[in-house]
Order: sequence, then structure tokens, then C-alpha cells
Amino acid sequence: MGRYVLLNVIRGILTLLAISVIVFFLARLTGDPIDVLGPENMAPIDEQALRDKWGLNGSLVEQYFAFLGNAVRGDFGPSFKYPDESATSVIADRIPRSLQLGLAGVLLTVLIGIPLGVLAAARRGSWYDRVAKGIALFGQSVPEFWLAIMLVWVFAVQLGVVRTSGRAGWSSIVLPSIVMAVFGIAALLRLFRSSMLDTLGSEYVKLARLKGLPRSRVVWKHALKPAASGPLTFFATIAVRLLTGATVVEIVFAWPGAGLLAYEAANARDFPVVQALAMITSTAIVVMNLLVDILYAYLDPRVRLGQKVMA
Amino acid sequence: MTTALSLPQVRRGGRRGPRMLWQRRRLPWLPLAIIAFVLVLPALLAPLITVHDPLRGVLGDRLLPPVWQDGGTWTYPLGTDKQGRDVLTRLVYGARISLLVSTAAIVVGALVGTTLGLVAGYFGGFVDKVIGWLVDTFQSLPMVLFALVVVAAIGPSFVTIIAIISATIWAVFARLVRGETLSVRESAYVARARVAGASAPRILLRHVLPNVANSLVVMATLQVGVVILEEASLSFIGAGIPRPQPSWGIMVADGREQLLSSWWLSFFPGVAILVVVLSLNLVGDWLRDYLDPKLRQQV
Repeated sequence: MGRYVLLNVIRGILTLLAISVIVFFLARLTGDPIDVLGPENMAPIDEQALRDKWGLNGSLVEQYFAFLGNAVRGDFGPSFKYPDESATSVIADRIPRSLQLGLAGVLLTVLIGIPLGVLAAARRGSWYDRVAKGIALFGQSVPEFWLAIMLVWVFAVQLGVVRTSGRAGWSSIVLPSIVMAVFGIAALLRLFRSSMLDTLGSEYVKLARLKGLPRSRVVWKHALKPAASGPLTFFATIAVRLLTGATVVEIVFAWPGAGLLAYEAANARDFPVVQALAMITSTAIVVMNLLVDILYAYLDPRVRLGQKVMA
Repeated sequence: MTTALSLPQVRRGGRRGPRMLWQRRRLPWLPLAIIAFVLVLPALLAPLITVHDPLRGVLGDRLLPPVWQDGGTWTYPLGTDKQGRDVLTRLVYGARISLLVSTAAIVVGALVGTTLGLVAGYFGGFVDKVIGWLVDTFQSLPMVLFALVVVAAIGPSFVTIIAIISATIWAVFARLVRGETLSVRESAYVARARVAGASAPRILLRHVLPNVANSLVVMATLQVGVVILEEASLSFIGAGIPRPQPSWGIMVADGREQLLSSWWLSFFPGVAILVVVLSLNLVGDWLRDYLDPKLRQQV
């Protein structure tokens, strides 16, 4: 188990290294950051001072290693757009807001997606199952940004029940979190439905029924537990996506989180902020995947012994 | 994972007699028709079936409502935007963009992914590790951010958006093909081909690839909808197709300013995306059940 965890940690670090290369060189496609940082026609002495300060000396490769060294310590340099602040502190202001919205989204996803999927499997072929399938299909196919705009149109403009944008009271979080949850609900519903159908057909579930246990207890306890491990990977993906800021949703609802910041920073060519955001988000994804891998290994010995498992 | 594929299973469900009809693998006609009439035919025939210019409007005919509302005319069945451009014409040309971008991105993504997947699965070892590392990397990149940066750096264009989307989907194909190749590699006919002296490229192309073709076709079909959504989202936030091209995502974005007075501007392009992607998903599901039921668990 220790060896398995270690190997996966190394794999995660290698992945982050590759991402840091991509992130660094992509931002440099636009040219030398010194042109954005300093005033025009800077004296060579001032330019040298700035270069020394932000590690912009030497070849690109040397600069990359300077970037990497600072990044490991959480230092991505000053924001170009807000020169008095570091990129990291600009982001730190926004992350709690994305987390707030993301948590609401994750909560809705889990509370709606899982029960719908389980019930659809338990009542396979019924009208309920067909409605659930319809919901899953819709959630997978509807463009998020369009759904957001239409919900604003109906609920905020036509009916006037909720606020349209910004963060003002509890009602402003309702629509964005619903929009964020729709795709995840569809995905979890499908995944849980199919993995529940598998376990419901298995021998030990039949045995539990034969023993005389009530059907609801068999479905929600005996069958759900083993069925939940399959969709776990996907849930991790959804959770990271929601928690690290959904750019599209935050743009439509003018929600000042990390997703909206990414959009603003990219348009303002505020590359330290973009680089920092990219590294933080990827780190979150890699860590989440690592945790899922470890959890799998813990739950299923075949995984940690390196055998192939149909997932 | 019991899908009613083989005959005995269908019989076992015989209690539900009336549903036997659609349980048999009949073609999904309605979704296919929607894909044909909303996506493919408009895309191919755009200049022939439209009378207005998709890019330049008639300024005197700005913000006209659809024909069934007061002030609407048959000249512009779905109304006009604030530059006096016909919404229906732009939708038709938008289909062209969706089809072009999704086809190109999937061809590139599938080619790259399949090649790397075949190589990784067949040779294993160090090559497999390196390719696995690339797959991990691209699947851990925050894609919207990635797209925003690329577009900020080199500017929006068709090539840029196709490159961005291919970069986001090749890993899916690589994973799929690698897995299938691993299982085919151990089969008797591959071993015999090797004994007969076939070269690695020949074995991969003649013996392994045909066996993963079904899964590939299913995956590619399922990805079309994903890619159309991705293109529309990126175009919506300005990191996709450049204006004034009538991408469906751009049309929704532009209509947002006039949402209160002119709802049709954002509404119709969104409906177009929804019905097309929905139909593509239905056809993809059908194809998967038909060609490759074991893929069900992986997607």
C-alpha cells in the first residue's frame, strides 16, 4: 500500500511538472512580460532592476526554472493588472466565493443525482425510470450558458422571484448553483443507474431479498454501497470542476469568483494571475485524482496489487 | 450490465409485451432526422437555401420579432438581430461552423489519440509510461483556462479553436484505444501474426485496429455532441470562433444584451444546440448498444 501511494504521488508530481511547462511557455507566446510590467522606454538600469526582481534574467529555460522555484513556494509574481498585489493574493480573494458557489452546486448534484439514479434503477422500466432518463439526457445536452440566460429570463425578469447577478443575499446563489449542478446531476444519475442495475442483479442482493429484508433497505443499503464505488472517479472530476470555479456560469451571473477572474485576467493579459490560477486548479485536480486512486486501492485490494480491474 | 441485446433476454422481458417493439434495435429515426435537418443539411447547403447575408444585415430591419409575433414578417421567419441580420440565416450558417469544427477536431483528436493509444497498448513499458503521463497531463489541465490563454496569446481563429478542442479530446481516444489494444495484444491471432513475421505497424493496422474500430466509432459519435457544446461555450465567452462569424454560441452571447426586448436572439440558437446535441447523444447511445455494449460502463 505504501509503495502504491508513493508511485501515485510521483505520478502526480510529474503531471504537475508537465503542466507547469505548458503554463509557462503558453504565457510566453505573447512576448516578454517586461513590456507589460514596466513603462515604455524604460532606462536599461531600471529594466535590469525589474528583471532581477521578477526572475526575468537569462534564457527562457533559466526563467522557467526560476518560475518553477517560485511557484513551488506559492509565489507567481505581482499581478500585471493590480501591480500592488501579488497574483496569489488576487486569487485568494476570489477562491472563497467560488467555493461557496461550488459547494452549493456539489450539494445539489449529490442530493438530486444519486437518489434519482438509484430510484431509476430500482424501478427499471417504469414511467419514473423514463422521466429520469429524460432528465439525464437533457442535462447532458443543454448548453450551460444558454440555460443560465433562460433561467434568468424566466425567474428574474418575467417572474421577479430571484436576483439576477452578483452576490446579494441567499437568493442570488439559487440560479447559478442550479445551472452548475445540471450537468453533474445528469452524469451521476446515469452512472448510479447503471451501476445499481449491476448490483441489483447480483446474487447477494437476491439473497438479502430472500432472507426477507424489506426492498427499500436492500436497495439503499446492500446494493447502494458497492454500487457507489464505480461513479466515484467521475464524481471527483465534477467536484473539482465545480469547486475551482465554473467560468461560464460565473460570467453569466457576474459571480466574482475564480472562474470570472480567469476570464478577466486572460483578457487583460494578466499572465501571473492566469498562471497561478492554472497551477492551483491543476493541483486541485491532481490531488483529487490521487485521493480517489488511494481510496480505490483501499477499497479494492486488486488495484493496489496492480491487477487489471474493469472499471 | 444487462442490455436487451440477445434474443433470450428480450424473451425474458416478454411480460412487458407492448414494449418489445422499441426494444428491438430499430434506428432512432427522430434524432437522425433532427441531425440531418438542423445540422448536416443546413451546413452543406447553406448558400443554396438562404436568401439573406449571414454577416451583413439590413439596418432598416433591426430587431424584428419572429413571424408569429406582432411586427414579424415572413421575410425573417425567426426575426432579426440588432444589425438587421436574419436569425434563421445565421442559424443555418452556424450549423456549418458546428459541423466543421466538430468534424475537424474529432478527426485530429481521434487520429492522435488512436496512434498514441495503439503504440502505448502494444509496446507497453517505457513508451506506455510516457504516453500515460501525457494523457494525465492533458486530462488535468483546466481546459477553459487553457483555451482563454491560448486565444489571448495567438488570437481567435478556426484553426485555434480546432487545435484547442483536439488537445482536450485526444486523451479520451488514447485511453480507450490503449485499453482495447492491451486486451487484443494477448489474443491468439496477434501471436500468430507475430510468429508469421508481421511487422509491428502491420499488426497494429491490420489486426489490432479493426478490432478497436467499433469502440472508436461509438466514442467519436458520442464526442460530437461534447465538442459542439465545447465550441459553443468557448465562442460564448469569446475564446472560440471570432466575430462576426455566426457560431451558435456567439449568437446566444450577442442576444444577451437584448434579452428583455428581443428574447428570440438568444433563445433560438440555444434551442438549436440543445436539440442537435440531444439527438447526437441519443444516436451515440444507440450506436453503442448496437456495436459495442461493453463500452457502456466506460462512458
